[in-house]
Amino acid sequence: MSTTKVEQRERDILGVSAIRPDGAAKVTGDFSFTSDMNAENMLWGATLRSPHPYARIVSIDTSRALALPGVHCVITADDVPGKPTYGLISSDQPVFARDYVRYMGEPVAALAADHPETCRRALALIDIEYEVLKPLTNAEDAIAGSFPPIHPDGNIIRHQRIVRGDQSATGPIIVEGEYEIGMQDQAFLGLEAALAIPDSHGKGVELHVATQWLHEDLGQISACLDLPPQNVRLILGGVGGAFGAREDISLQVHCCLLALKAGRPIKMQYGREESFFGHVHRHPAKIFMRHYAQSDGRIIKIEARFVFDGGAYTSTSPAVLINGITHTQGPYKCDNATVDGWAIRTNNPPCGAMRGFGVVQACFAHESQMDKIATAAGLSAVDVRLINAMETGDTLITGQAMESIAPVARCIIETDHIPLPAPLAANAHELLLPGGSGLTASASHIVRGVGWGVSMKNLMYSEGFDDFATARCSIKEGVVYLKFATSEVGQGFVTLAPQIARSVLGLDDVVVEPIDTQIGSAGSTSASRQTWMSGGAVDGACRLVREQIFQHVGKQNNIDPLRLVIEGTDIIDQIGTFRIAVREAIDGLSISETFEHHHKPTEELDENGQGNCHTAFAFVAHRAVVDVDPELGLVKVVQIATAQDVGRVLNPLSALGQIEGGIAQGLGLAVMEEIVIQDGKVRNPSFTDYLLPTTLDAPDVVAKMIEEYEPQAPLGAKGIGEPPCISVTPAIVAAIRDAIAKDLHRIPVRPQDICL
Amino acid sequence: MSMNEFYTLNVNGQSMQVQDSWVGESLLYVLRERLGLPGSKGACEQGECGSCTVLLDGQAVCSCLVMAATAVDSTIVTVEGLDAHGAELTDVQDAFVQQGAVQCGFCTPGLIVAIHHLLDENPQPSELEVKEAISGNICRCTGYGRIFAAVEQAVAVRKASHTS
Amino acid sequence: MIVAKNLEAALFALREHDDARVIQGGTDLMVEINFNHLKPTTMVSLRHIPELRTITRPDSNTISIGSGVPYSQLEIEPVASVLPALAQASRTVGSPQIRAAGSLGGNLGTCSPAGDTLPVMFALDANIHLQSADSQRTVSIHQFMTGVKRNVKRQDEIITAVDFPIIDGWQGYSKVGVRNAMVISVASACLVADHESGDVRLALGSVGPTIIRCRETEQWLKDNTSLTRNSVISPDIAREFGARASRECSPIDDHRSTAQYRRHAISILAARLLQKAYA
Repeated sequence: MSTTKVEQRERDILGVSAIRPDGAAKVTGDFSFTSDMNAENMLWGATLRSPHPYARIVSIDTSRALALPGVHCVITADDVPGKPTYGLISSDQPVFARDYVRYMGEPVAALAADHPETCRRALALIDIEYEVLKPLTNAEDAIAGSFPPIHPDGNIIRHQRIVRGDQSATGPIIVEGEYEIGMQDQAFLGLEAALAIPDSHGKGVELHVATQWLHEDLGQISACLDLPPQNVRLILGGVGGAFGAREDISLQVHCCLLALKAGRPIKMQYGREESFFGHVHRHPAKIFMRHYAQSDGRIIKIEARFVFDGGAYTSTSPAVLINGITHTQGPYKCDNATVDGWAIRTNNPPCGAMRGFGVVQACFAHESQMDKIATAAGLSAVDVRLINAMETGDTLITGQAMESIAPVARCIIETDHIPLPAPLAANAHELLLPGGSGLTASASHIVRGVGWGVSMKNLMYSEGFDDFATARCSIKEGVVYLKFATSEVGQGFVTLAPQIARSVLGLDDVVVEPIDTQIGSAGSTSASRQTWMSGGAVDGACRLVREQIFQHVGKQNNIDPLRLVIEGTDIIDQIGTFRIAVREAIDGLSISETFEHHHKPTEELDENGQGNCHTAFAFVAHRAVVDVDPELGLVKVVQIATAQDVGRVLNPLSALGQIEGGIAQGLGLAVMEEIVIQDGKVRNPSFTDYLLPTTLDAPDVVAKMIEEYEPQAPLGAKGIGEPPCISVTPAIVAAIRDAIAKDLHRIPVRPQDICL
Repeated sequence: MSMNEFYTLNVNGQSMQVQDSWVGESLLYVLRERLGLPGSKGACEQGECGSCTVLLDGQAVCSCLVMAATAVDSTIVTVEGLDAHGAELTDVQDAFVQQGAVQCGFCTPGLIVAIHHLLDENPQPSELEVKEAISGNICRCTGYGRIFAAVEQAVAVRKASHTS
Repeated sequence: MIVAKNLEAALFALREHDDARVIQGGTDLMVEINFNHLKPTTMVSLRHIPELRTITRPDSNTISIGSGVPYSQLEIEPVASVLPALAQASRTVGSPQIRAAGSLGGNLGTCSPAGDTLPVMFALDANIHLQSADSQRTVSIHQFMTGVKRNVKRQDEIITAVDFPIIDGWQGYSKVGVRNAMVISVASACLVADHESGDVRLALGSVGPTIIRCRETEQWLKDNTSLTRNSVISPDIAREFGARASRECSPIDDHRSTAQYRRHAISILAARLLQKAYA
């Protein structure tokens, strides 16, 4: 067990393990998650979903449901007053299906009633006649053009190639593989929930919702409601995790429509089963990769083909595709590449954002390939990665220069220096063995393996998108108020933002104002971007306020404001002896400043996949130690060692929490987590059958943070949310391969993949 | 669907009336939606996440799987009813906050109740006893590392207060 | 809701209401309700019936476990040393929270082939006590379970207790799941080595519509070995025992695993259990 102790903190400034301001409320049960909210005179909302992956809707009859006592209204596609569709990149997803349902679980109708059980019974009374159609479930059929379009926009969501360097280049080492990644679910614990309160005149609505991006939601919702955006007020309800699954609209529009129609507040709350149908998942993918390398293991050229199954609607598939293919090389030097990437529409569940966003899939393939190169070149897993390790200034296969700090070699070396765990004892406790309390094995049945994974992850949005963030800093009566629309989903921005303010301003009383749309956008809490983007915005706003304080103090004391700096909680004259406590200096001052942080512009890719499409990058290395029962195919991950490129640590405890949490999610994808789809139907929409790692599956994590200040980042800190979950998965798979000496090319690795 | 169940529950030392309820309601639903105690969370409705853990007659159980009307004549303690002995937080709650065991916080109340139950029965649990005791509490954010650290702190605090 | 304070009251309620269902811990039934598969009408709660929560020794060779004794009590003494396989199986049921509420009555009432304690009952030839307002009967577990989630219990009956023989020998339980805790079994096995008779009994879970008792494999072992307390099982015998057990099961492909893997897992579990029994 960890022995990490919290250091004594004098002030909760940048660099210390400040504790969460919402921590006390969360441990006592006082914290209000969206699902905890209620309103006077409230009704419950519920959604009717398609049982078929693909069908034509012949008729919908809601009369029996409406007649059930306790039911207030039923709505269908006919009741959507504005835009009938929504979507993050392409508005191709219907609020309610009208003519066709294109995936199992697609919303067809919604209703409001007095009790959740009344809702359930009423849903069963909505009569829908479907003409069931043969679903498109194989992405290759779509690429081949052999399946009629299942959507007016066609079956190809996006196709993009990357062509770089010498296309005829080859080398003495040629390794290839076909890799498959299963569909992972974000499985946040706080299920989708919202509370919509209609304005008394019926021309506006207030929506409390758990989301990753308030302003994006606002735009999509108001268009569907046909209301001016100012008449739709979004307030962030308590968010129980997100991991990408709250980037798309789920129940937002339905809940508002019901509230406006019923003229009463509506609470909607998905159960776990519905949640599996109600949000997008991580894309399943098939990736072919062929590496050509020198006999010493240096990569010469990569050929790859990616097929991402986007499911029925676009969501963020185009961006996931680009992320995937532009990370084909991983954190390694490569001059020549030919990559063909497809994002496909099928009648499988829609897929979109999940932590790692396309890079998880690419990384599993490239890291599997690196081990094959190592074998062919006679190198260790460490040496093959070191010899190819990317450095700042290298050129990527997109032609983009690596301008970020790129301590790839250091991540690998530092990880390699972490001691390996003790060997499995002959009398090891049963709970430490694969199979655990199932008592399937004794220590003599177990084989240990070690494997590596290293990854590169882009930070922020790409391809010309200006995902800026806004923040306001105000001081009043000695207290700092911070206002932003940054979704706090658990990551801890509400901890970090006051740390920034304290560091910049030298004031300790900091209040985070309600998170809503009463200020400009903060962009999404995704892409490892909020520390950089919203952190930059808070930093910028605080600096503007500090400038005014310096002006004021300079004027009052006849000192050039440029000579003033903050030292602790004082303002001092760098040249003279003047010193005043900030608190004292701002007595009577009231200042408010708003700042927008924009990252450097990026470009779209051209037809050859060339262009400066990404903003910045972070790197991480993982080494996994696993114990495997080769006969039963069961795995226990013993230890994950990791060194992560973080730029600068702003809150060590939060950073460690992100690293450990991401590793658990990557472990899940490696050995247990998969939404099982058969003929377009989800077979396991529950926590009984979609397995998440438990305390007895969690490995010991030994983490080092590589601090090399990132000059491009406003605080010198890189995003840290995604990297932990990316290369840990291939590291675990490599460790299993090492233990059993068998090729594994699919994740999650199932027992039968190991032992049969 | 008849809403004809009337019964009394003993929650956090208080006698609470439940009126006009449906027989299929879980204890979790009744606590959250009828008795104004939303601290217990629902995340799976089938006993596979532990977010709804409460103490029922001194045993840690999933309140989503207790039919509320069967919990009459029993003692129910929720996260709201844990005794902090006059402090703002209990030792376990304080340890969670200090050790970074809270991220999104949705699993937290269930874990707090489960760990209180563990430490009340076994004040000096081994590492594996801790892991097994909370193996029914899924946390999706933390990977459990900081939660183990929090338990460790709570155990140390209890030990110190015992010896002093 | 009828909250019965004693068995008689519960049985009376069942007789009076032919739509009535009993609920004990609720860990199976509430899932059915929460997932919209069951609409409860008249419910009879057994939670407060002390007779269903007792563990007795009706004679020196039998231990009788009340149908409402929670699994958490079966993991520890006095049950653990008498029925180690039951203790081991109970420890794998769901989560600690589930084990504090769920009980053998639920495993029997639900009769899922994945019910963790059912293979133990099959391997030990347990007897099930059923009682109604008008009658009582004792049914062998082999007759009790008739199919996937099907059994011979009538609507007006309550499962009151399960009788297990106390054997002089070894017993053990193994369960494969794709997680180290809180997991539904993909395949499970209980093996009992009765040192008095020299018999070995093997029952398998999650690999057929009911729990499967491997009578042919048991007979093969009996015919090809003469086992005593101090016997050692050769790897060849263990392997053949496992292979034969795997041929006796009839698993399916589903979202949890494949028939092929389940068969394979049974061959390993059975072989390992046999070797453990005589280690």
